[in-house]
Amino acid sequence: MNKPNLKASDFKSDLTPIWCPGCGDFHVLMSITRALAATGRPPEQVAAISGIGCSSRIPAYTNCYGFHGVHGRALPVAAGLKVARPDLTVLALSGDGDGFSIGGNHFLHACRRNIDMTYIVMDNRVYGMTKGQPSPTTEPDWDSALSPGGTGLSPFHPLVIALASGANFVAREFSGDIKGCTATIAEAIRHPGFSFVEILSPCVTFRPDEREWKGKVHKASVPETDDPARAARRIMTDDGMNTGILYRGKRRPYHASVSDEVGDIGALEARFEI
Amino acid sequence: MADRQSALENVSFAVVGTGGKGAITAGAILLEAAGKGGWHGLLTRSVGPQIRGGEAAALVRLATRPAFTMARDFNILVALDWKNADRFISAMPVASGGLVIADPASGTPPRAVQEADCTIAEVPIAALAKQIDGGRENMVAVGLIARLIGFGEEAVMEVIAARLGRKGQAAVDSGRACLEAGMKAAAALAPAFLLAPAPEHDSRRWLITGNEAMGLGLLRGGIRFAAAYPITPATDLLEYLSPALSRIGGALLQAEDELASINMALGASFGGRPSVTATSGPGLALMMESLGLAAASETPVVVVDVMRVGPSTGIATKSEQSDLNIAVHGFHGDAPHVVLAPLGVADCLFTGQWAVHVAESLQTPVIVLSDQSIGQARVVIDRPADMQFLTRRKAFRATGEPYQRYALTADGVSPMAIPGQPGGQYTADGLTHGESGAPSSAARDQSEQMAKRARKIELFDFGDHWGETEGPEEAETVILTWGSMAGAAREALDGSCRLIALRLISPLPVQQLQAALKGARRVLVVEQNASGQLYRHIRAHMDLPGEVRQLNREGPDLIGPEEIAATLRDWSPA
Repeated sequence: MNKPNLKASDFKSDLTPIWCPGCGDFHVLMSITRALAATGRPPEQVAAISGIGCSSRIPAYTNCYGFHGVHGRALPVAAGLKVARPDLTVLALSGDGDGFSIGGNHFLHACRRNIDMTYIVMDNRVYGMTKGQPSPTTEPDWDSALSPGGTGLSPFHPLVIALASGANFVAREFSGDIKGCTATIAEAIRHPGFSFVEILSPCVTFRPDEREWKGKVHKASVPETDDPARAARRIMTDDGMNTGILYRGKRRPYHASVSDEVGDIGALEARFEI
Repeated sequence: MADRQSALENVSFAVVGTGGKGAITAGAILLEAAGKGGWHGLLTRSVGPQIRGGEAAALVRLATRPAFTMARDFNILVALDWKNADRFISAMPVASGGLVIADPASGTPPRAVQEADCTIAEVPIAALAKQIDGGRENMVAVGLIARLIGFGEEAVMEVIAARLGRKGQAAVDSGRACLEAGMKAAAALAPAFLLAPAPEHDSRRWLITGNEAMGLGLLRGGIRFAAAYPITPATDLLEYLSPALSRIGGALLQAEDELASINMALGASFGGRPSVTATSGPGLALMMESLGLAAASETPVVVVDVMRVGPSTGIATKSEQSDLNIAVHGFHGDAPHVVLAPLGVADCLFTGQWAVHVAESLQTPVIVLSDQSIGQARVVIDRPADMQFLTRRKAFRATGEPYQRYALTADGVSPMAIPGQPGGQYTADGLTHGESGAPSSAARDQSEQMAKRARKIELFDFGDHWGETEGPEEAETVILTWGSMAGAAREALDGSCRLIALRLISPLPVQQLQAALKGARRVLVVEQNASGQLYRHIRAHMDLPGEVRQLNREGPDLIGPEEIAATLRDWSPA
């Protein structure tokens, strides 16, 4: 049951985040709580599921039900929960290392499976919690102690991969644009199926250069599409700073779910009788 | 027909043929007919490594008393053909004085058969089937064996008709014609191996595999959600659960790997639905990190490991009891949890149901160690009793006070809120946390929460279910074993020794075990692994009385009742 007049503060816990001052994740937390208030789902009907990393700390900072699991596995926890409890609003929250490296396989299959949930990845192109190693989205020449001179590897392109794997809603936002983030997250929650929102969320500690993102991001110049081919072309050819809802598909969400009624287990025994 | 005086308490036979010829079906029909007639028995399959079209064999043992293990050798071997049979014929040696029936059109028997002390009879099985419209060689084989073991035509026909009825009357008629042709051809053959009359019995019988029994037990226990990644020999447990869960309003979700399947189960359990996943050794290894999360976050979950020969890929289709170590000790950190092992096919049902009860009551992971030898054996069992466990999580009720998900309680179990309950919001966490669930790196929180998680398992009443004992209490010789090996040990009992079979592996029920071992002067620890994993586990917690010896080895060569009995018989003073 939805409730009107919910405020963002109804979705915040009293824990103080461990994030560094200036971290983009503060803004993402703010946008998530505002978006949840806008959707009208009371906090106890919402579950926030995460893995490991700076961004994965979010569930305990909300007043929702939360599950802070192991590294890379937020999506399968969220999938099991949503199939078991289709009545809940399920958010999976992750970062670029958690979601695209150790959890990369789950990302592909979550898109394919198209269970009705919203996957928000706070992409700062670095492992922050372990103090500055390159992630799958890091530029190939970014110098670090672990990979001096850069990895030399092409960055992972989450939006294209989401689209190719069957995600039903694909968007990119910038954490500093709280209004834009809030609106897109709310739309992602409302849209049936698997909704993927990549949020560029600067790590000012290990990637001070990302402070410049504020001046680089720009709203998508063309409207969203429901044509995956057009969406793919746009995402492949944009500059990576293009924000907004890029694709909104019409695939049918995954249907299996657990009901509250328990059938007759005794009836299962007949097949074994001789 | 030979007189019943010389009838046997046990008869074993094997049907061999290229995959697709229906060797397994032939064995299954005769087993079902035996079960209907009041006999006991079991069927195991032996298959080659080919995915399709390779050799397949049904191994069947029929008995007048409950049968737990497959025969070591076979009275009757029927070969529909000998293609590739030399590759696995060593797994089904013909008993001395046995009878081999082969179709002369399908080549010469493998050397192992030619050199055995047995009669080789030639029957044109394929030609007999060909004379019948829609005739099948495996149905002729059913007729051959039925006649040789003394089964009546109508008793076997009842099973065939039930199986072929869906295909129409023509199929049933053809089945009967094949059965009759086989029985007629067998009339001229000797020796026959008549099965002694079935004992009187009043209970309804079931025909079920260990994996099916486990699945049903899990559902009886309240499982509503399963996550699944295919792996031999656990796949057929998952395939049983899928439609069964749909029928009762639950769901099975196929995962992309075992890392996902265990986490899907945790997510569903967090959502309030009792949850399970099933796997084998390699999958369990992948799940270990998340099982630690289940322990730390106190999320109930059942993981069934249908063990196979390891390490690594090992022999996927064969049995071993070699995952005790990983199940008991495989967690990183200190992670109190429970490990159970079913004591046979019928007991898979009980242990499956009990596992759900324990996991839900304790909000902890429970690993169930089944194995291929029982998981994939099809066995006639007495209809299992209806069991009632009051399986319920300790529930949260809103009081207006801030909710403490990990409250320090006397029994260590804290009320668990379920998403949707107002006022119960918390974050389940693998991070060390305080009572509220908020992350903490304080030594005190680590100590208190660690003690709480250990306490709930230490204080739990596992009741009489920790294991089973059989045989005279005063016997000074004890066979001590666990899990599936209980079956072979039971068959080895001869009145001079007794059996202790552990169902509760961890926490080890030290007090109960010590009481059960009272008066023992010789203890033989029997298990199907190379390193003596149970023996070492027990010795870590307690001493064993008297003289202790081990009978253990790796799979797939299963330790049988004869070997256990021989070890006890030959027990000479050290």
